[in-house]
Amino acid sequence: MLTNILSISLGAILIENFIFSQFLGICPFMGVSKKMDTAMGMGLAVTFVMGVASMFTWLVNEFLLIPFEIEYMQTVAYILVIAALVQFVEMFLKKSIPSLYQALGIYLPLITTNCAVLGVAVLNTQNGYNFIESVVYGVTGGLGFTLAILLFASVRERTEFAEYPKPFEGFPIALVSAGLIALAFMGFTGLKIW
Amino acid sequence: MLTVVYAVVVLGLVAAVFGFILAYASKVFAVKVDEREEAIASILPGANCGGCGYAGCGAYAAAIAAGKAPTNACAAGGNSVAAKIAEIMGTESSDISIRNVAFVKCAGGDNTQRKFDYLGLKDCLSASRVGGTGPLACPSGCLGYGSCVAACPFGHISVKNGVAVVDHENCVGCMACADACPKHLIVKVPYEADINISCSSKEKGAALRKYCNIGCLGCHICEKTCQHDAIHVIDNLAVIDHSKCTSCGECVAKCPRHLIHDARLNTEGETPQSAD
Repeated sequence: MLTNILSISLGAILIENFIFSQFLGICPFMGVSKKMDTAMGMGLAVTFVMGVASMFTWLVNEFLLIPFEIEYMQTVAYILVIAALVQFVEMFLKKSIPSLYQALGIYLPLITTNCAVLGVAVLNTQNGYNFIESVVYGVTGGLGFTLAILLFASVRERTEFAEYPKPFEGFPIALVSAGLIALAFMGFTGLKIW
Repeated sequence: MLTVVYAVVVLGLVAAVFGFILAYASKVFAVKVDEREEAIASILPGANCGGCGYAGCGAYAAAIAAGKAPTNACAAGGNSVAAKIAEIMGTESSDISIRNVAFVKCAGGDNTQRKFDYLGLKDCLSASRVGGTGPLACPSGCLGYGSCVAACPFGHISVKNGVAVVDHENCVGCMACADACPKHLIVKVPYEADINISCSSKEKGAALRKYCNIGCLGCHICEKTCQHDAIHVIDNLAVIDHSKCTSCGECVAKCPRHLIHDARLNTEGETPQSAD
């Protein structure tokens, strides 16, 4: 059980990183990675939503979709759960942490359509994870997202000051550096201990 | 057929449950926003310079609405903004009492020798950490990599001939640049104070002369010239007392290093006008 959870965590954070290996959730990854502190906030918000979404989608799947044999409504049901969750998180942040709410801006409601969140729910079902495994996969997947966005934000903060050809200014250089980090993450592919 | 009915009913019920939870949550987490706060925030310049002492325009607006801040603290907006805010708050309008501007206490730049060629990040903090005090021979000179330029929310500071220069007329005195300067060269001076000393070096004249063509030698000529007891040499550096200075400009003309800055002169080398 413990080794299983460890292998899921390691897989979600490094080997099958949501951003760099599965290319899910690229929108906030590119959008909110200009500053380290907002990147951290976004990472933690996504981690929270992914963890809780994994929990609720597993419950919905197990106790509603499977008993009523309506698994084909999976995507609709999951999006419903995620949208409600993100709304809840948004209200909570607006009340409790207004500074983070302002820093995340438009990207917070966009977590609703973040494919990493829907992706983790669908992958949980596809991989046949049980409740604990689903939650672990959701949280560690979110931590992998946080790691990726933090690494990328730190690189982008430095490219602000770097000298590179004019045509690369702005998003081109960001995409190039994202690609290079993704290449580095390919090195983790061989890391299958368990 | 039954599966379709199940799908509709189950998903409908789930959606309804979530809807009720969200409706309840929106009551619990409701944020009360003062109408005056929004009105004030829309009037403020929105540059978030921090000159008022609050974290940004939004924070200042919130503080005014809560009655914790004066209505005339926004230097960037000026008297017109202060009057509008006072109108919203229903209090008596008061002008911004003292207008302050930023001043860079260095005129070195290209007049100063360099210890080495610096090829790192074009950022003053990074440069200042290389070789102890940075690439400049003078330990207290402006590095000229423009961290203050990047920090200014209004674009009123620029690097000319290797040294940062504040736009005296347009500067709003928020002092965002001063925080960005690793050498702490940028000081707050009253807008009316035309005469300022463009040097921060406390090095002795003989030593300073070897690496800077413009820095203050501490020769006391300005001190002897001044008829108002406004300028004194302290630790080999001329220091001006703005409360006594009458902006007569005599010291500007007499300084052998031409480092006393007169804000009324735009170009260097021009003869200062007498302010009588």
